[in-house]
Amino acid sequence: MTKNLRIAKSKFIDQTSRISFKFDGKTLYGLKGDTLASALLANNIHLVGRSFKYHRPRGIMTCGSEEPNAIVQIGNDPSITEPNTRATEIELYEGLEASSQNCWPSVNFDIGAINNFFSPLIPAAFYYKTFMWPARFWKIYEYFIRQSAGLGKSPTKPDKDIYDHRYLHCDVLVVGGGISGIIAAKTSAKNNLNTVLIDDKNNLGGTTLFQHNECFKINNSYSNEWLKKEIETLNSVENLTIKTRTTLAAYHSYNYLLAKENLTDHLDLNEKKGKIRQRLWKIRAKKVVIATGSMERPLIFNNNDRPGIILSSSIKKYIDYYGVKCGEKVSLFTNNDTVYETAISLTNSGVSVNSIIDIRDKTNSLIVKQAEKLGIKIHWKSTVVNTKGYKRINSIEIMKLSDDGTSVIEKKIKEECDCLGISGGWTPRVHLFTQSGGKLKFRDEDNVFLPDKTELDQISIGSCNGDFELYDVIKNSSKLVNKFLNINNNDYEKLEIISSKEMDKKNIWLLPSDKSLGRTKPFLDFQNDSTAKDVKLALREGFKSIEHVKRYTTTGMGTDQGKLSNMHALGIIAETAGVKMGELGTTTFRPPYTPLTFGAIVGRNVGEFFDITRKTPIHDWHVKNKAEFENVGQWKRAWYYPKNNETMYDSVQRESKAARNSAGILDASTLGKIDIQGTDASEFLNRVYTNAWSKLEIGKCRYGLMLNEDGMVYDDGVTTRLSENHYIMTTTTGGAANVLSKLEDYLQTEWPELDVYLTSVTDQYATVSICGPNSKKILSKLIPDLNLSDKEFPHMSFKNASINNIKCKVMRISFTGEHSYEINVQSSYGKSVWEKCFEAGKEFKITPYGTETMHLLRAEKGFIIAGQDTDGTMTPVDLQMDWIISKKKYDFIGKRSLYRSDTIREDRKQLVGLLTDDPNEILEEGAQIVAETSKKPIEMLGHVTSSYFSPNLNKSIALAVIKNGKNLKGQKMYVPMKNKTINVTITDTVFLDKENKRLNA
Amino acid sequence: MFLINCPYCGERDQSEFSAGGEAHIVRPKQPTELSDDQWAEFLFMRKNIKGVQLERWNHSHGCRKWFNMVRDTSNDKIHAVYKMGEKPPIK
Repeated sequence: MTKNLRIAKSKFIDQTSRISFKFDGKTLYGLKGDTLASALLANNIHLVGRSFKYHRPRGIMTCGSEEPNAIVQIGNDPSITEPNTRATEIELYEGLEASSQNCWPSVNFDIGAINNFFSPLIPAAFYYKTFMWPARFWKIYEYFIRQSAGLGKSPTKPDKDIYDHRYLHCDVLVVGGGISGIIAAKTSAKNNLNTVLIDDKNNLGGTTLFQHNECFKINNSYSNEWLKKEIETLNSVENLTIKTRTTLAAYHSYNYLLAKENLTDHLDLNEKKGKIRQRLWKIRAKKVVIATGSMERPLIFNNNDRPGIILSSSIKKYIDYYGVKCGEKVSLFTNNDTVYETAISLTNSGVSVNSIIDIRDKTNSLIVKQAEKLGIKIHWKSTVVNTKGYKRINSIEIMKLSDDGTSVIEKKIKEECDCLGISGGWTPRVHLFTQSGGKLKFRDEDNVFLPDKTELDQISIGSCNGDFELYDVIKNSSKLVNKFLNINNNDYEKLEIISSKEMDKKNIWLLPSDKSLGRTKPFLDFQNDSTAKDVKLALREGFKSIEHVKRYTTTGMGTDQGKLSNMHALGIIAETAGVKMGELGTTTFRPPYTPLTFGAIVGRNVGEFFDITRKTPIHDWHVKNKAEFENVGQWKRAWYYPKNNETMYDSVQRESKAARNSAGILDASTLGKIDIQGTDASEFLNRVYTNAWSKLEIGKCRYGLMLNEDGMVYDDGVTTRLSENHYIMTTTTGGAANVLSKLEDYLQTEWPELDVYLTSVTDQYATVSICGPNSKKILSKLIPDLNLSDKEFPHMSFKNASINNIKCKVMRISFTGEHSYEINVQSSYGKSVWEKCFEAGKEFKITPYGTETMHLLRAEKGFIIAGQDTDGTMTPVDLQMDWIISKKKYDFIGKRSLYRSDTIREDRKQLVGLLTDDPNEILEEGAQIVAETSKKPIEMLGHVTSSYFSPNLNKSIALAVIKNGKNLKGQKMYVPMKNKTINVTITDTVFLDKENKRLNA
Repeated sequence: MFLINCPYCGERDQSEFSAGGEAHIVRPKQPTELSDDQWAEFLFMRKNIKGVQLERWNHSHGCRKWFNMVRDTSNDKIHAVYKMGEKPPIK
């Protein structure tokens, strides 16, 4: 286990800087430049996790974002740990702690592995089929299924890291910093286009960066050497911004893209502190060049999932880039030329290559010849029929393929190995292209889906566009970019390129074995443990759509979203069902391309910045006086003011009594206020409210009810006529913004002929409401020169006045049923006027009250709260407020709907009062109301909308909506609760002072 | 996310706008003259087609003006924007 598999030749790894890290509790060492995966491989660790369903040992399979197996948990503190990160993408840093997932007690000895032995009994959809019956047992099954479900462990505490969002605008965005992306970015920037080049790795260059092979030369240099110089020239190119460690997550319409930049994930633990961890870039690009490259495909054969089985191009990257040997006796298995490059790299680095198993009959491309020249043994027209080794591959079995490729023939050859490189060809990364709405076409010759039609200003170049060979990549990328940007740059046209050309192609989606399919395990989706057998089973059971097969077998539904498995799943489905792959289509590629952290998604909008908080100018006073607050829309409103450890109930009882017996003071600044001016202001109000406004005198106030066009109550409030053509409308706190939008909509679209202007003045005024029998005395102390007699200043009227030279608008209006005034002042004076009112009221023991007491007081009077006693299904008639509907007006918003067949039904739910038989029993808001309790099931007739214990009446009161309630006054009803049934009687909605005597008290 | 060319402000991000449903549905001038069916036609019936559609949009986090848009719902292409009261440009 402690073998060192590092060779000291890589230029990309700092051989002198040793980094210590922990994996599954064990301290290991790697080098700067390593990924967690390369460091583990250097320590000869292949087994890193267990598969999801059968708990089979699994190892590192790739070197990039498509990794299905090596997903690990990061961090030692379980409360802030990060699950499901790909070891192939984690850059090694000092102090990194990682552990295996999906195994217990350890990755080496995992109890769940027993599932592997029962695997013949656990086919696709096993859980759906097995736990269907008996239905009542689900409660028991669910517990056990939940225990074994899920990947990794979620953190339990808030994320301490800082995340960020930023916007970016550019002429050209190039996604992918491989050779084609570099060509595109340089061409674009040199042509004075503001260009951004992003790549998810820590440096540019893609795979050409370490392609050092006689068969790939540019202008007589090795391709990697040419590219290195090309990258160096980028530094001096103007108009070019390069962002590495930046993954494009999503590509939306109108070239709007999201990219996640990793800023500190690669830094040592102590260097990370205080810095932004990840930044989400919101990019708007005029043009987009997709150069995302391609992914190598695995091959699907029996037991193709053992630790030590790795994609051949990844083995090449580990040896050529990281200087790490994936094994010392490597076998390679292929259907294309890729593995020959790997074989040559391995041989040149002193790793012995057992043999290459190639399913093709024979081929003679440049690179194959070179491999043969090096003496590498090749098994032509052969396949691997089985692999052995539980926690690490130790041998393979090879057989010859029959001519039609459906069976195996001749003698079985056994070959010992500690690593098997596989290559099933290449899949263009068309994810971003399809995310953006692009349509794909299928190329039969090498079984790839390629970008076809798009509505956006974008192109795909390089291997994501189906150009897999160096010559084509360079020449075609340059040509396409020139055309796309409408320029003429022939820098790359002139290059002399040597590049091996693949001459023969052959593909078998599911490779045959000497055993019957039922006795083999050819894995398709390594993360979700679905095999070729499962897909075939789904087809036999009648699933035809690729989307259905995917969900039934869970193929492609892991954290890797089937990057490796999807093509083979499609191939096997097409083959089995006898349809063409191009006609079958693909499953939908959805963003994000790789998983995003929640932190990156929310950015800075966490904690108190999650939403906007609005505070009244008097807020500080409430805080100082120990108010509890409630959220009303975005507002913080004083809820109640507990004294000496009072409960909320006690506070509200005390505040309510004080307001009725002497005086109460309320901060009403949050009410929406809309300033309405214009020669047609009165006509406008006539059209938006149900009642008539033309005859309202200047200086008078009126309550209005606003409906939707469907006749349902939308908002309510008092509007005051300040002058001939000037009104100020108040709305509910929560409805203010919507009411303004709705009124604007009508003004701009339906009634543009009206001369009316609307301005929101909610924030410009602070409103202090004083109510109670002593409110008049308090106001006369504050404004001695104002005549407060009922004749001069009656209920529902308005006066301009001033308190110590502070101008104020005083309305005598009441939401509590008490004699009461609302004083409106410029908001900057709000707190000082509030304090003056409080001072003046001291001799009357003026009591500050919050929203809860306000609600109780209005309920005693039967006043509705739009949104609490109404829910968008109540007409004014349902609320028994027929009096507010003008009979004379020809039209207003919602009028016609008030006599639709549905709204004139007698048995609609109507607002009523409820009294409990036991006056001390308080109903729960939302509780259901029924007419009898003996029968079950019984129709629900309505529900409680508001409920309080009234200290002024000394009994419990409630408002409710009940079917046909209007005609049921005096009737007994029942409110069934969990452990009792409460008897109630339907009453009038007004509980206190039916004659409105207190208004003028 | 669209880029929308507000007829009053110019090109802005979609996040500044809100959609307001099908365009050119005029509120009847004499609702009281209408039968229940006719009123319901105005009140409830809206098209939601796949293809070119005329829509109302509001620059709610900008100039707050309402305007109309010709949009293809199948590919989100905006063919034209025009002010309230103007006739839709011919397709």
